[in-house]
Amino acid sequence: MTSPRRGNPARSGGTALLGAVGLAGLLLVIELAPRLGLVDERYLPPASRIAAALAEEAGTPAFWTALTDTLIAWSVGLAIAVGAAVLAGIVIGSIPVLRSLTASTIEFLRPIPSVALIPLAVLMYGTELGSTLLLVCYAAFWQVLVQVLYGVADVDPVAFETARSFRFSAWGRIRHVLWPTALPYVFTGVRLAASVALVLAITAELVIGSPGLGKEIAVAQASEAVPTMYALIVVTGVLGVIINLLARTGERRLLAWHQSVRGEVTV
Amino acid sequence: MLEVKGLRKVYRSGSREVEALRDLTFTVDNGELVCLVGPSGCGKTTLLRCISGLLDPTAGDVRVNGQKVDGPPKGMAVVFQEYGRSLFPWMSVRDNVELPLKQKGVGRARRKQLVEQSLDAVGLTGTASAYPWQLSGGMQQRVAIARAVAYEPQTLLMDEPFAAVDAQTRADLEDLVRQLWKRLGVTILFVTHDIDESVYLGQRVVMLSTSPTVVQEELAIDLPEHRDQLTTRADPRFIQLRTRVYEQIQAAKRNAMQ
Repeated sequence: MTSPRRGNPARSGGTALLGAVGLAGLLLVIELAPRLGLVDERYLPPASRIAAALAEEAGTPAFWTALTDTLIAWSVGLAIAVGAAVLAGIVIGSIPVLRSLTASTIEFLRPIPSVALIPLAVLMYGTELGSTLLLVCYAAFWQVLVQVLYGVADVDPVAFETARSFRFSAWGRIRHVLWPTALPYVFTGVRLAASVALVLAITAELVIGSPGLGKEIAVAQASEAVPTMYALIVVTGVLGVIINLLARTGERRLLAWHQSVRGEVTV
Repeated sequence: MLEVKGLRKVYRSGSREVEALRDLTFTVDNGELVCLVGPSGCGKTTLLRCISGLLDPTAGDVRVNGQKVDGPPKGMAVVFQEYGRSLFPWMSVRDNVELPLKQKGVGRARRKQLVEQSLDAVGLTGTASAYPWQLSGGMQQRVAIARAVAYEPQTLLMDEPFAAVDAQTRADLEDLVRQLWKRLGVTILFVTHDIDESVYLGQRVVMLSTSPTVVQEELAIDLPEHRDQLTTRADPRFIQLRTRVYEQIQAAKRNAMQ
């Protein structure tokens, strides 16, 4: 017999509470499973020990340096990728010949997993920041470029002809018609790229050993500091959540006029 | 003066050719209000796009004050049928009206003045900070008209501007167009598929045939200057004129069938 269902507690307060309960449950499982001997403590230490390791890490300057390194690699890589992709997207998207010319090339280059470029990155930059940047840029670039291309293709012909009929300059048409139309797409691209960039930043540090949280995870693993390793993994997870949250908030603020944000307006 | 001479437009896609406009010749004098009316699908929008320089004709030419049109000409504004798509949803009403003025290089103080005046003129005082999508359809089209008026054009092209608004709003907007035209002394070419509307608004009605399009007939509208939704539309002369236009449009359709 299934237990009878209560009314749906879908109010925001209720949802947040349920979410917190779920998280607490997960922590409890991680605490109890190793203590009860269900999993080997060497591979999964109890939550309390991970928390203690995290607190200890937070007290060391090395941790903060690593966190800063990761954030720098992430943000600089993302910024370069977004800048380049937006520029390339607008140019390619607004020139039909260029669009057809590059379509197959983009479709070929885009699916190449960034990690396949690790040997190349090592060859070019060794274990420096440049290696991480190369991988982050490559992965993030395509996410944004493809969205910008969709955005440029979505320009309303009537809006564009309006701009032309009022003799807008070429720059005026890009600035006031093309860019606002593409902006929601750009945001989607940036949001996707921000997550991918973090994945690649950590991967590069982990595999290549360029400075950052990923490298610290590898070091912790090698020195069998398992709770510390888990503590660092938790930090990367929290970073991911914060990045996504920031991207969504920014999107809502800047796109207040857009259908997806403003909702239906009744007149 | 707006001159359309021997205008022809053929659309080509692959090996298929569609002749939208065959041979169109007519003129609109400075300060005149001329209505273009024709059956649906007769290429009214194609014609308007050629006149506004948004589309290159296959043959013939369009001249504005003697200057051949090869791109959107100076001193011309277009009001499109699709107001919802012609206004920019990411800008307030004020910015929508002001942007073409900025592009034209009008100074800040003068811009502010023009935006205010034109919004007042179309009866939208106090909505400057709203977004277009917060307004009703009729009000959005008023914004588009305000934007065109603020641009201070010598020639105003209107492409079935009231086809998508309800009948009462439409009557109000028709009177607004007459009123603005008289006050500003601007040349207006008003495209419509509505026979009554063309007779009510115009000093002259140019009737188009079905596609491939030629000018079927031109008719001077000798109704009094002052027009009024109730009395003008009940005027026996109005009935005669609209019957005349209606017959011509029907004749054009019959010719096409044969």
